[in-house]
Amino acid sequence: MTARTLYDKLWDAHVVRDNEDGTALIYIDRHLVHEVTSPQAFEGLRLENRRPWRTDANLAVADHNVPTTDRSHGIADPVSRLQIETLDENCRSFGITEFAMNDPRQGIVHVIGPEQGATLPGMTVVCGDSHTSTHGAMGALAHGIGTSEVEHVLATQTLVQKKSLRMLVSVDGSVRPSVSAKDIALAIIGRMGTAGGTGYAIEFGGDAIRALSMEGRMTVCNMAIEAGARCGMVAVDDTTIEYFRGRPFAPTGEQWDQAVAYWRTLHSDPDAEFDRVVHLDAASIEPQVSWGTSPEMVVPVSGQVPNPFRETDPVRRTSMARALEYMALEPGTPITAIAVDKVFIGSCTNSRIEDLRAAAAVVRGRSKADNVKLALVVPGSGLVKRQAEAEGLDRIFTDAGFEWRQPGCSMCLAMNADRLEPGERCASTSNRNFEGRQGQGGRTHLVSPAMAAAAAIAGHFVDVREF
Amino acid sequence: MRAFTRHEGLVAPLDRANVDTDAIIPKQFLKSVKRTGFGPYLFDEWRYLDHGEPGQDCSARPLNPDFVLNQERYREASILLTRRNFGCGSSREHAPWALEDFGFRAIIAPSFADIFYNNCFKNGLLPIVLSEGTVDRLFRAVEETPGYRLTVDLPAQTVAMPCGELIDFEIDGFRKHMLVEGLDEIALTLQHADAIRAYEERRRREAPWLFRA
Repeated sequence: MTARTLYDKLWDAHVVRDNEDGTALIYIDRHLVHEVTSPQAFEGLRLENRRPWRTDANLAVADHNVPTTDRSHGIADPVSRLQIETLDENCRSFGITEFAMNDPRQGIVHVIGPEQGATLPGMTVVCGDSHTSTHGAMGALAHGIGTSEVEHVLATQTLVQKKSLRMLVSVDGSVRPSVSAKDIALAIIGRMGTAGGTGYAIEFGGDAIRALSMEGRMTVCNMAIEAGARCGMVAVDDTTIEYFRGRPFAPTGEQWDQAVAYWRTLHSDPDAEFDRVVHLDAASIEPQVSWGTSPEMVVPVSGQVPNPFRETDPVRRTSMARALEYMALEPGTPITAIAVDKVFIGSCTNSRIEDLRAAAAVVRGRSKADNVKLALVVPGSGLVKRQAEAEGLDRIFTDAGFEWRQPGCSMCLAMNADRLEPGERCASTSNRNFEGRQGQGGRTHLVSPAMAAAAAIAGHFVDVREF
Repeated sequence: MRAFTRHEGLVAPLDRANVDTDAIIPKQFLKSVKRTGFGPYLFDEWRYLDHGEPGQDCSARPLNPDFVLNQERYREASILLTRRNFGCGSSREHAPWALEDFGFRAIIAPSFADIFYNNCFKNGLLPIVLSEGTVDRLFRAVEETPGYRLTVDLPAQTVAMPCGELIDFEIDGFRKHMLVEGLDEIALTLQHADAIRAYEERRRREAPWLFRA
């Protein structure tokens, strides 16, 4: 048999039918559902008198709109409240398992899937959310879909897909201390550009990826979409398998052994061919800080805000100039001279226990700078929150003047009350620095949890390696 | 779904690269549980000078006179001309819903983000990829010529310029077929319900852990 990549293996295992036109009908093992991109899909089912094909393949949670403050009185915003009530009602009437807002297992959809073992190696995983690429860290084929496809998956348990090209991004060697998975992700996007992965399924490999925990791999795969690739993935190894042992939705007993034997085949064959291979030297990656309004606009913390006039591509030059104007930054400004107004530690990129530990290690025994109006820590799930509290991390944050909140997407996209005011500048562990993403007129700098924590203490960006 | 065969319309130039879906339809409008009514909020943060909220009557809001869609000559545009990597960012289908609700039928750019590109086809909206050089030429033509119109012919895979010059474009056969015929993809897939059941049966034997309730 010809050598196959991990992507080929996952694809082949899910082909229901090859269509004559070059597409294939692909079976979906796990469909994750949240409140924002599902109501119109359920409505579509009702209008056509259709039922979900397989209710037990779905798992729903409300995360985008939920308040991160006291939830005992419900949601103040009536529009957000209606959307969450609509999800509750849809799940009830169609028999879909939902972790409701006050369930201790509630959290960001891309945190709870792996945490519950609801997304497993070898699965196809989809969700009406672009950061579904996160689940590729398990050795799964996972990507975001629009609402029409949410409806298609609900009704048929399949998607009509055309196979993507295959790309290997190999991060070779070891990263230096205090350089995190987020820095690797941002460095990759800085190198490839936000459209560099368009049309590709990316496999992340190399020693530096192998050395990452599952949390770290999720951070890297999460941001594959920021490099333009719908899905990112990492081969299964002992780290993957150990992560899933004992998780609520993971197999047990004989089925566990059977699953593990299969999972061990989920890697690219040694002579498998990729359509494109990109190498990065891990040792050369520094902590990263984005300066502009696209995740590709990123520099090492030792760097400076770049000068658009040095850019030869005219389209890129215009984008850079526009970004500098929006961000109110001057070319040549050292990154460490940029002061921040708010700090956000959270999101599906960086809200897992390891992220909170990394941030807490920097914060311990220190205090938030006076010029930082708000430093927000939003755990990715109720279970992450509980674990962090058991380790005393919440106290480290609150003693330093940070706020410790309830789980949700929060200020990553500011659909709830957590947002930037016009002109405010934020060190954020989220994934997108688009104009207005964290609130109209807000200015986002993407960083790792440790770098965000250090910025909150210093009041401006600092090199966490010297902090 | 609304079919797309041939469309002739006014072109509006949006001279920005990497236009993301947060810009196309900001997050506060995603709280709607409906599929329609997003047009008035398309490009909300660029189009208006104030902050918009869902349900707001946009007719009384202050317009940003510098934004291209607010200029009189582009008011009736139905073809959007823009730069590379249009539609990057989130998977929100509200982005094509908003473009379609505003009145756009086609978008021309050197490249599109994957998920957005795919979402367009589900909503009768045609994304057309043309080379950077051709897009540059069209930008110049649109700016120099008030009332500049193009004719898109999907079956023929051409864009016709007013001078009669035809520009060819590529598109996947299956996407073209779905759009030209305006087909319901779910109904088509359900024609293969037996194949899906057969797959499930085989898979249940090979990988039973995937079917634990």
